[in-house]
Amino acid sequence: MLVDPVVLHEWHPLSALDEVAPGRLHRTLLLGQAISYSRDLDGGPVVWVSELDPSGLVGFAAGAEIDPTTVTDALPTRVKFGYLWTTLGRPDHEIFDIPECDETDRRILNGGSLMVSVSAPRAVENFLDMGHFPYVHTGLLGIEPRTEVVEYTVETTDAQVLAKGCKFYQPVAAASAAGGQVTDYTYRVPHPYCVMLYKSVHADPSRMDVIALFNQPMTEERIRAHNFLAMVDDVSTDNTLRHFQQLIFGQDKTILESQFPKRLPLDPRAETPIRADKSAIHYRRWLSSKGLTYGVIPAA
Amino acid sequence: MKDLTAHWYPVARSDDLPPRHVFHGLLLGRELALWRADDGYVNVWENRCLHRGVRLTLGHNEGRELRCQYHGWRYANRSAGCTYIPAHPADAPARTICNVTFPMVERYGFVWTGEAPHGEPPAIASLDTGDPFGLRSVPANVEPQVVLDALASYHFVPSSAVPHAGHARSDQASITVSNRGDSWIELTSTHLDGASGDASSTIVFFVQPVDSARSVLRGVLSRSPEPGFALTVLRDHATRLNRFRDALESDARKRPAQEPMVARIGQVSLELSTMPEPSVDGRVGGLASVVVARKREVGEGIASFEFTPVEGRLPTFQPGAHIDVHLPNGLIRQYSLVNGPGEQDRYVIGVKLEPASRGGSSCLHELVREGDVLAISEPRNNFPLRRDSFRTLLIAGGIGVTPLLSMAQALQVSSLDFALHYFAQSPEHVAFPDILEMLGDRLTLHLGLSPVETGSTLRSLLASPGEGENVYICGPGPMLDAARAAAAAAGWPDPAVHFEYFKNTRHLDTSTTFEVELARSALTLTVPEGSSIMEVLRDNGVVVPSSCEQGACGTCVVPVLSGQPDHQDVYLNDSERTAGDRMAICVSRSLTPRLVLDI
Repeated sequence: MLVDPVVLHEWHPLSALDEVAPGRLHRTLLLGQAISYSRDLDGGPVVWVSELDPSGLVGFAAGAEIDPTTVTDALPTRVKFGYLWTTLGRPDHEIFDIPECDETDRRILNGGSLMVSVSAPRAVENFLDMGHFPYVHTGLLGIEPRTEVVEYTVETTDAQVLAKGCKFYQPVAAASAAGGQVTDYTYRVPHPYCVMLYKSVHADPSRMDVIALFNQPMTEERIRAHNFLAMVDDVSTDNTLRHFQQLIFGQDKTILESQFPKRLPLDPRAETPIRADKSAIHYRRWLSSKGLTYGVIPAA
Repeated sequence: MKDLTAHWYPVARSDDLPPRHVFHGLLLGRELALWRADDGYVNVWENRCLHRGVRLTLGHNEGRELRCQYHGWRYANRSAGCTYIPAHPADAPARTICNVTFPMVERYGFVWTGEAPHGEPPAIASLDTGDPFGLRSVPANVEPQVVLDALASYHFVPSSAVPHAGHARSDQASITVSNRGDSWIELTSTHLDGASGDASSTIVFFVQPVDSARSVLRGVLSRSPEPGFALTVLRDHATRLNRFRDALESDARKRPAQEPMVARIGQVSLELSTMPEPSVDGRVGGLASVVVARKREVGEGIASFEFTPVEGRLPTFQPGAHIDVHLPNGLIRQYSLVNGPGEQDRYVIGVKLEPASRGGSSCLHELVREGDVLAISEPRNNFPLRRDSFRTLLIAGGIGVTPLLSMAQALQVSSLDFALHYFAQSPEHVAFPDILEMLGDRLTLHLGLSPVETGSTLRSLLASPGEGENVYICGPGPMLDAARAAAAAAGWPDPAVHFEYFKNTRHLDTSTTFEVELARSALTLTVPEGSSIMEVLRDNGVVVPSSCEQGACGTCVVPVLSGQPDHQDVYLNDSERTAGDRMAICVSRSLTPRLVLDI
């Protein structure tokens, strides 16, 4: 499968930066391409296509001690939100912003990276979906019989899909939640494979937690899903926050790996949407309008 | 190459499908979800929920419906039609949302299916007349045709000659291919040690083509072994089949890998994105012919009718749905379905003989007999049941119990909290005692109450609306009016009070004249005194689905864009009337000189 220009000339996440050990070799896949990365002794990231390993590194396995300064054909990199990003193309734009990350009292956290056997758009669509809460995250993000998805609005621009006014009853909305509540959600898709949400959890109604899913397209049908947290929570430990997020995402993983086809079908007649799927319908149209083909089954 | 899609294949053993289990089957590169409903019917569906493609084998077999694990959508036994979408609990799902199904026959201890099979699964004389005994099914990573060809050399001895308990027997036997078909082979083994009593055994092997290079061998002995020897015979064949499979797989690995089969995934029906064509008179389209399979008395003056399809399947219904019944005398009447969830093999209605019948109930009671063929409409649900209530109160008066019986069964099967209060003249007038018996202490009968007593009982039942509680009321007009008044007085919110009138007994005022503008059709028409909006529309070729045509059922309700409707129906509740953004065009008119409708 050829990588389409939209995905090629885009920034993609590889790893939380704090999981890249300086002077050690890391291997992964990006868009079907074997990729190596490391950090030099000053902490600066180095990313390169594995086929272009410096001669001294050929055949080295992940974890080996290396000198990243010997790499000559390095790929462009960015460090943002605590993650290492790279590209195989020539993006004409920078990585999207999450302004809340600049708030000094936010807990900015790498919530864990999990490999999932599914396309990135399927993972994005699941993240946008509230209707599954009572069935997949039973007793946490939803519970029967409170299953209704009330009407919400979706705005699409060239830059993003934004779903506003979403509400759902949740027994345990977050690690810090004391009891059941109707949680307000805003969803935002600022990147074809990245999605984030704002959700009301704590006592201060003017603040919203931010949770994001940065999907690294290893291939069309396999991802590493990087869970990013920017929380307003001065009680829970880092591990409590991570465990909660991984518990939730682990429940999603079972569903995601049972979806067929693994690529997201963009033909409106491929699957059966309902009103609750409004954000997904907009997301599919938005991908179609960009002409994106990697990780989807384009409409005929 | 033969067309594999035109053949029947076994995809499971019958005992792979115990109650409440969902079995994962494979055929020609396609995943299947197989489940046996509580009524014994085996459903063979594509293993993919049409909503978001999630495997249905992750779902729950609830006995009458299969529930998808992702969003809790429920699909009915037999029809695979969607009956409930939890994200929109107040809506009846479009009845055309239906998973992909495959034909099914149970035969020789297997469940058979195919992509588009012709005729019937193979009929094999030795299995029809014998006492078939299934061997362990053996999967093999080998091309199906190779397996079938190789099976001609499968070596075995007659069951009576299988070594057991230290009694070594000669393995000498002559094997003949006694019969064969496209996907099966019959072998007969005769022992060469003449001392055996029963000196021959016959096995039929069916080969299930899982994929281009994957098969399942499914063997059946034509006769059960002697008592006490079953396990010995099973073990003997298991050992032989494993060896046989290992040798074939070893050879197969030396051949180049085959391209896997790709099962074609169909599109969802166009009906989901377009409106179905209404019939000429505008009544709900899609008439089906049904046979009156059973007619019986189920209460004083109450007859029940069971309809089965003349051909094909009955469309999926939801609790609260009604059908139009086209009677031999030309009349069309609406009756609620009494069926519990997943009862898709028949429709059941209950009909009370009205003393002042205008020809509907008397025709059904007196003229229609078992074996008659009638036309019915597809089910229409204007009285949908929410299943997100903490508690559901069902209040029935007389024959108004019929839709509530369907609801009660659905709630009970899903273990949701509910109570049914049934008001009737006397014990003899209580309809469908067999269904009521299943409801246990959920049912309270209120018998022989006067109107005053009925009123006070209703007031006490409705005295305190609970949080997240919904009430559904169906019965005679005066009782419904009383119940609605009691609910309003007790502070029940309008959206929590659901009701269905049998008929509209209001005096209809047709004295006004006004204009209707049809926004989508770009048409402006005058509705004169004495004609309804629907009649004028129909005369001008605009057809809107309808059913009762007297303002009771809600089928013809359309959105109003401007103007003030003069509501004369009994379908909309008070808040809906006040909002004025929807109206039943079979009876309602206009208070303003002009109405703009969104049709």
